[in-house]
Amino acid sequence: MDGLFPHLKMSFINYSSREINCKIVYYGPGLCGKTTNLQFIYRKTRPEAKGKMITLATETERTLFFDFLPLSLGDIKGFKTRFHLYTVPGQIFYDASRKLILKGVDGIVFVADSQVERMDANIESFDNMKINLEEQGYSLSDIPYVVQYNKRDLPNAVPVAELKKVLNINGVPDFEAVASDGAGVFETLKAVVKLVLIELKKGA
Amino acid sequence: MPQSSFVMFEEEYREITAAVEKLLREANAKCVYLVDKDGQLISSSGETQDIDATSLASLTAGNIAATGGLAKLIGEKEFSILFHEGERDNLHISVVGQRVILVVIFDKRSSLGLVRLRVKKASEELGRSIQKLLDRMAADADKENLLKEITDDDIERLFH
Repeated sequence: MDGLFPHLKMSFINYSSREINCKIVYYGPGLCGKTTNLQFIYRKTRPEAKGKMITLATETERTLFFDFLPLSLGDIKGFKTRFHLYTVPGQIFYDASRKLILKGVDGIVFVADSQVERMDANIESFDNMKINLEEQGYSLSDIPYVVQYNKRDLPNAVPVAELKKVLNINGVPDFEAVASDGAGVFETLKAVVKLVLIELKKGA
Repeated sequence: MPQSSFVMFEEEYREITAAVEKLLREANAKCVYLVDKDGQLISSSGETQDIDATSLASLTAGNIAATGGLAKLIGEKEFSILFHEGERDNLHISVVGQRVILVVIFDKRSSLGLVRLRVKKASEELGRSIQKLLDRMAADADKENLLKEITDDDIERLFH
């Protein structure tokens, strides 16, 4: 039921419509700012480069299943590049939904909440991501991913060096952000898109 | 870990689109979409102009994934057919060849019975095309050429 090649990354290259489609997932603990990242990207993208943003949220604006934003980023060798951005629901009890959204993922942005009282939640979410990836036959080390330290503007933010120590032991590209005013949002997106395309090239 | 992509080639695309168009006619449907299980639109036909196809593809895949999760919970392999009945339009969703999803939107010009019958027939045809595609993906080196030609500069230029 997971398709014929459940262990494969599933970017979709269409020679007929000349498109490369990739799936990027924003992962992280509840209220860390995943949806806020997508909302900022949506607001700042030219109308012709974006599709409709879909949000499946509860009445209190907590993500229930996922947010979805399709983006076009221009051509490579005559192929249109399209990126489908998804967020997972951050709250712990939505784990079944998170697993579903990770299916076919090409790249991940792990969004951490910099506030000191959210450190445990960050670590728990990061571990949960690793477990869920492994369940799908992926390993974190094989997936292009970047880390974003969000909410840098808050007074109770943990120093970045501390965050790095626990959330970026692999030394992947990482970024400071204040997603609510857009700081660091596009830097993060660009970095993960680059990694995904480089990986696609390597895998060929 | 092997890394690969779902790749669509011209020949199979024509075959698949022909099958989708045939289903549209024979089922008297409003529109028909073929969607990858990861939410990418593969082909569509019919009165599609008023419907956001990208959203439809992503939500359909989410729907199938969620229903698949439910199936597992109760010990079923998969629910291969979903039907949503609306006031005017209805949605018939089915999984083809374990890999792709067929979405048929129809109104009172058709009926659930007719749609089910035609979908069953079309699924066999589409299943064969998809299998052919998968075999070709496994064997063909075309895609490698494209991807190998991408330079770091190409990637850099996307952002300027």
